[in-house]
Amino acid sequence: MATARLLGSSIKRREDPRFITGKGNYTDDVKLPGMTYAVFVRSPHAHARIKAIRTDAARKRAGVVAVFTGKDMAGVNSLPCGWDLRKEKNIPGVVQDLAMVPHMPLASDVARHVGDPVAVVIADSQEAATDAAEQVAVDWEVLPAVTATDGAAASGAPQIHAGAPGNVAFKWELGGGDVAGAFKQAAVVVKKRIVNQRLIANAMEPRACVARYEDATGELTLWVTSQNPHVHRLLMCAFVLGIPEHKVRVIAPDVGGGFGSKIFLYNEEVVCSWASRHIKRPIRWTATRREAYLTDAQGRDHVTDAELALAKDGKILGLKVATTANLGAYLSTFAPAVPTFLYGTLLNGVYTIGAIHCQVTGVFTNTTPVDAYRGAGRPEACYVLERMVDAGAAALNMDPAELRRKNFIPPFSGAFQTLVAVAYDSGNYGRAFDRLLEMLDYKKFRAEQAEARKQGRHLGIGFSTYIEACSIAPSKVVGALGAGAGLYESGKVRVHPTGMVTVYTGSHSHGQGHETTFAQLVADELQIPIEQVEVVHGDTGAIPFGMGTYGSRSASVGGTALLMSVNKVKEKGKRIAAHLLEAAPSDIEYANGQFQVRGAPGKAVPFGAVALTAYVPHNYPDGLEPGLEETSFYDPANFCFPFGAHACIAEVEPETGQVTILRYLAVDDVGNVINPMIVDGMVHGGIAQGVGQALWEGAVYDAGSGQLVTGSMMDYALPKADMLPSYETDRTETPTPVNPLGIKGAGETGTIAATPAVVNAVVDALGIDHIEAMPLTPERVWTAARAATSRK
Amino acid sequence: MKTTVSMTVNGTPHRYEVEPRLLLVHYVRELCGLTGTHVGCDTSQCGACTVHLDGQAVKSCTLFAVQCEGAQVATIESMAKDGQLHPIQEGFWEKHGLQCGFCTPGMIMSAAQLLERNPKPSEMEIRHWLEGNLCRCTGYHNIVKAIQWAAEKMAAR
Repeated sequence: MATARLLGSSIKRREDPRFITGKGNYTDDVKLPGMTYAVFVRSPHAHARIKAIRTDAARKRAGVVAVFTGKDMAGVNSLPCGWDLRKEKNIPGVVQDLAMVPHMPLASDVARHVGDPVAVVIADSQEAATDAAEQVAVDWEVLPAVTATDGAAASGAPQIHAGAPGNVAFKWELGGGDVAGAFKQAAVVVKKRIVNQRLIANAMEPRACVARYEDATGELTLWVTSQNPHVHRLLMCAFVLGIPEHKVRVIAPDVGGGFGSKIFLYNEEVVCSWASRHIKRPIRWTATRREAYLTDAQGRDHVTDAELALAKDGKILGLKVATTANLGAYLSTFAPAVPTFLYGTLLNGVYTIGAIHCQVTGVFTNTTPVDAYRGAGRPEACYVLERMVDAGAAALNMDPAELRRKNFIPPFSGAFQTLVAVAYDSGNYGRAFDRLLEMLDYKKFRAEQAEARKQGRHLGIGFSTYIEACSIAPSKVVGALGAGAGLYESGKVRVHPTGMVTVYTGSHSHGQGHETTFAQLVADELQIPIEQVEVVHGDTGAIPFGMGTYGSRSASVGGTALLMSVNKVKEKGKRIAAHLLEAAPSDIEYANGQFQVRGAPGKAVPFGAVALTAYVPHNYPDGLEPGLEETSFYDPANFCFPFGAHACIAEVEPETGQVTILRYLAVDDVGNVINPMIVDGMVHGGIAQGVGQALWEGAVYDAGSGQLVTGSMMDYALPKADMLPSYETDRTETPTPVNPLGIKGAGETGTIAATPAVVNAVVDALGIDHIEAMPLTPERVWTAARAATSRK
Repeated sequence: MKTTVSMTVNGTPHRYEVEPRLLLVHYVRELCGLTGTHVGCDTSQCGACTVHLDGQAVKSCTLFAVQCEGAQVATIESMAKDGQLHPIQEGFWEKHGLQCGFCTPGMIMSAAQLLERNPKPSEMEIRHWLEGNLCRCTGYHNIVKAIQWAAEKMAAR
């Protein structure tokens, strides 16, 4: 029963038939008898003391089941922050301890950002809940607010938390090498301020939850838009509600995109779970898009002063980075990790650099909390470095391609120790870049560019030779860095008596295609038709445990856990087959979907027959347990480090500031690939998000009132189909030695690489060396073009 | 306050007592039980709620149910006929035009209208047509390819 090899083939996705026919099952599609509907009352102010909340009028309305405020939730704890940065914990680089400020599910003393929930109304219908919520009266004492990243820690700024003097959340540093010496011997030092603006994830499905408490059994089921249902359950049970974990089942059904924003434990799902236990009826809450803008954890928001020291020949001698990271009003679940260990550790890039120093100050502001958004820290690092490299090339009047090539780390496999703590796994940076230049026909482009300039057209090219850390993560390492959790993954393979296989993964698909890729992996390893394999994810009631999906970890970490279980199944199968074939287990090999005696393929038992024997063990080895089901937990020994080279060719009209992308090219190296079609798809989507940051997207808060100005899809400029080109993509494959699959991870590469490529292209087109802030709106581009002209 | 609204959805007559503020999308999702039509925003930008109303692609979050009295509504659930996928559905599957799947029903309903009006659209015509449908996963690359694939398949029939 030979089957074609599935690994590496672009087979069509098995989850698609339900999505293209409207049969997906998202959280808001869940319908339960006796359902009630929750609407949250939120702060309209960025910073305000709550003097009183009057709920009587709301309670009296027809259809209202309950109204709760923070005061009703006695015994419920703060939402936890799962990353610690304190000297007493020996976390490296801590200069000032993290201020672990409380974040209550319903604020009852002070609201700290627009949208901060202060009460919930639960009613028999959505309409009744909506109307009653308008009857909840809050007496506010409006307080002064601060929203600006670089103004939060200024003297005289409004104080947001008693436990965080000066609004400083933490101070942290990382580095290596002789920084002072490097800058002393530099021929050129380039200094730039780099603003990496705040972004809003905008998964197309708004967050939602359905909480159902069953009085008879004491069991709570929570359907929730989650990238990691086990993490949601653990945080909610162990830290916030103090309810028994084994009585709680969290289901993340079909989830309409996450991009990081659905990793975190949020107020609404905690409140609905708690309230369902009180009213003993199921509760549904679905965010409106406006609520999503105000409450989904946002991304990025750094202000950085960077300095790059270069030798005359273009060698990078040193890098100094001082960053202020805006964390918003509270500490979201993994917020402190993002601007520290997911940021500073990537500042070595793909270059040999003599010395690096990075310092980061995290600050609180009266804005929505900030946490991981696709790439999470790595795009910020890549942006700083790739922008500085181009600015350095401009200062030396050197071709940016040449400067990059001059500084690439030579090809290696095993370990390259960076100056910023991490050791890369394998890399061949020059090869990916060469392939990119070949696809571009770089020399020809430069000639075309010069020709176009003569005709008054401004074409530009921007490179981005990025690296990222993914396959998150070795538990011991992240534990030493402050993580509150391990970051292994589980994988269970259950062989049924008929030889059908169900695969259970603790990682979660919300677009990544696990139901296809994991089936490819398991079917291939067991050499059985893919139709015999089904993948289950997203249900704590079915899956042993799981850490979920983020940090491009599913295939590399979750896939390896599955591979380990498949190998255990094979080992047990060999003992069963040896018994049936009257041979020694060591003489049995698995080939072509059967267990056979090595050297005698005629003496064989098919996979299905072994499975049946395991469950009907009449003729069975003594001392062997019946059944054929194996579980493994895989904890990686290191991160994996995908890399690649992207280029953007753009045309800029200096008179209008309009930017048009003419070509976008990407060569990514994500190690081995299970399904190239799916990997390419993720690269495409990542590029669109990265281009979006460069040109259009940005969360804007009004400085005085703290209102989110970009609080709807009318105001926040998401990329549309006609704003983007088709992408030209290719891959090199440098397998990682870290895991047996050789897979590095592919979910975030495009987002990380694209932003600097686009900005570098615009800068090149205008013949300038920097633009401080993104997105590159026509106004910013026009202003930069005017300033350049007036200098000339 | 409530009023009765009747309409035919995917060929089946429906009749419900609704509040005048009820949107067409909620009539379809909550009352008819057809949850393939999605709500992704509250400002008519995202297009996840696109359905056909008397043959015209509309955003069902932008119409009250009471405005649709007596109408013929077609949703994503009606696109496959007799177990046969519509070529646009096939195109999305063939060309990997979806990832999380949330925008997909609206994309397919919108694309169906495009190909009805313009059976051989250029890439730019497809991209302009999709201005009213947002996708955050695919970067649109494969959605364009999916619609081109469907156009070719429909032309060959």
